[in-house]
Amino acid sequence: MTERSAAGTVRAHSPEAAAAKARRWGAFYYAEQVLRVMKSYGWSILMYSVGQPVAYLFAMGVGLASLVDNQGTAVFGGVSYLTFIAPALLVSAAVMTAANEFTFPVMAGFKWRRTYYGPHASPLTPEQIAAGHIMAVTLRLVVQSAIYFAAVALFGASPPGSGWAGILVAALAGLSFGLPLMAYSASLTEDKGQFALVMRLVVMPLFLFSGTFFPLDTLPLAVRWIGWISPIWHGTELGRVVSYGYQEPLVLTLVHVAVLAGLAVLGWNLTRRRFAARMGQ
Amino acid sequence: MHNEAILPSTANKAGGQAPGTVITAENLTKTYGDVAAVDGISFSVRAGESFGLLGPNGAGKSTTMKMIGGVTRRTAGNLRIMGLDPDSHGPEVRAHLGVVPQQDNLDEELRVRDNLLVYGRYFGLPLSYLKPKADELLEFAQLTDKAKSKVDALSGGMKRRLTIARSLINEPRILLLDEPTTGLDPQARHILWDRLFRLKEQGVTLVLTTHYMDEAEQLCDRLIVVDKGRIMAEGSPARLIREHSTREVLELRFGSERNTTIAAELDGIGERLEVLPDRVLIYADDGESALEQVASRGLRPLTSLVRRSSLEDVFLRLTGRSLVD
Repeated sequence: MTERSAAGTVRAHSPEAAAAKARRWGAFYYAEQVLRVMKSYGWSILMYSVGQPVAYLFAMGVGLASLVDNQGTAVFGGVSYLTFIAPALLVSAAVMTAANEFTFPVMAGFKWRRTYYGPHASPLTPEQIAAGHIMAVTLRLVVQSAIYFAAVALFGASPPGSGWAGILVAALAGLSFGLPLMAYSASLTEDKGQFALVMRLVVMPLFLFSGTFFPLDTLPLAVRWIGWISPIWHGTELGRVVSYGYQEPLVLTLVHVAVLAGLAVLGWNLTRRRFAARMGQ
Repeated sequence: MHNEAILPSTANKAGGQAPGTVITAENLTKTYGDVAAVDGISFSVRAGESFGLLGPNGAGKSTTMKMIGGVTRRTAGNLRIMGLDPDSHGPEVRAHLGVVPQQDNLDEELRVRDNLLVYGRYFGLPLSYLKPKADELLEFAQLTDKAKSKVDALSGGMKRRLTIARSLINEPRILLLDEPTTGLDPQARHILWDRLFRLKEQGVTLVLTTHYMDEAEQLCDRLIVVDKGRIMAEGSPARLIREHSTREVLELRFGSERNTTIAAELDGIGERLEVLPDRVLIYADDGESALEQVASRGLRPLTSLVRRSSLEDVFLRLTGRSLVD
């Protein structure tokens, strides 16, 4: 290699420079890798991001709404059914995407393809690998939610104003559900179908009972608690506040923000520790 | 050949390493629960040297490599790579190294060339450097025509060569290879050895583990024989053979029934006798004359073979066991 450099090939910078750069930007370097992998199945991501909202909006917002809206809009706070469910669909889609991106790829990284162990031998640290994974998925959540939001706007269910903030709410909701799940995924050493159970027994019930398709207080108290602990409910209610000015006590709005941010921070801390412990043995 | 130029600038800075020494391990220990995977081993590796850890599976070779590679923390002892402690300076130590792990962990969803680009980014290397470098390394790994293939489509040997190419993306002066040719067919192994030889000629320090003695003899200037986390012997392959074995070995097969009972009848021939389940080994400096003695006692082995002593014999002598079970 020394010989080749004499022939004029560019040289790598010194190990010291590489380590300094990695210490500073390592998480971004790993995020770049995850995005490259996403790009390799970019077409299906795009179809999912565009196709799913259009299908849901059409079925629920146009089909179902034509029946629901005939009953009067009082129960939905005076807005059309489409306007009512649009923030919920936005948040739910982000949570489902997060549920996918923070489970199977984590198992692949540690076990199936061992892709985390390649960068682990480079100057990157386990925490940076975890952070990079999260950054890339966050970007995906934002882009996907923006596409969703644009579709909602095309359906005329996005009142003008601060509605775009729903994109950030959706991404935050995705992280608040996804990061604790990521910590769980990172703790699994064997695949016994846990992820399928998570999807069916956690994600689906949360999706159905989080005030998504009808206000939470129309449910009996016995199941209403599902909504209270659900990031989808907190995200959806927050999304409704920023989307069409849904009226709720300010303190409740602050609770939504606190729960979503709190879960995300808790999940990040657990994830960081799991990664460091698992890759430092 | 470029030894002065390639001596790393940090080699003498800290950690009390002798000039030209790139790796120093003193009493290096790693325990998992009550089990000592690495049990107080000491060695050092000089710049440009090709250093091997030879031992059976579970001897502690991989654990040692992971500690050197700065991905596993040691339990006790001292370890310096380029004068740096990998436990406190992980990123700095890893920036000096190229690593070929025992199990390939290539990005199967990315194309061959992209695997190199992505890996180079972990070292903060710009694409203006990485693009020509990736092409150069694909050439070196004889994978140029596979540049755009998916990793899935590569054979085992090709994946191994790609992993080696990947480990060279940051132009490391130290290359760690954990069982580089395990699971490869003979032809693929020879291609790989040739590539590693070239790196050695360029002054890259090679540290490799293997349980193949032919690999150790081919590639290593010096090696340690490891068993159960401890060093059994150290030296060049030739010296180890000289010290722990005879010049030649006579291998006799009498059939599985007779092998175990024949020992008494062979007594006194050669310097030492080793009875294995499938054959009997007679250690003698002159294998042919040992064979004549066997014949003169009226013993008729099914097959006989005189060969030079190998590291396998050294290992058998030191541990009483074969390397590959």
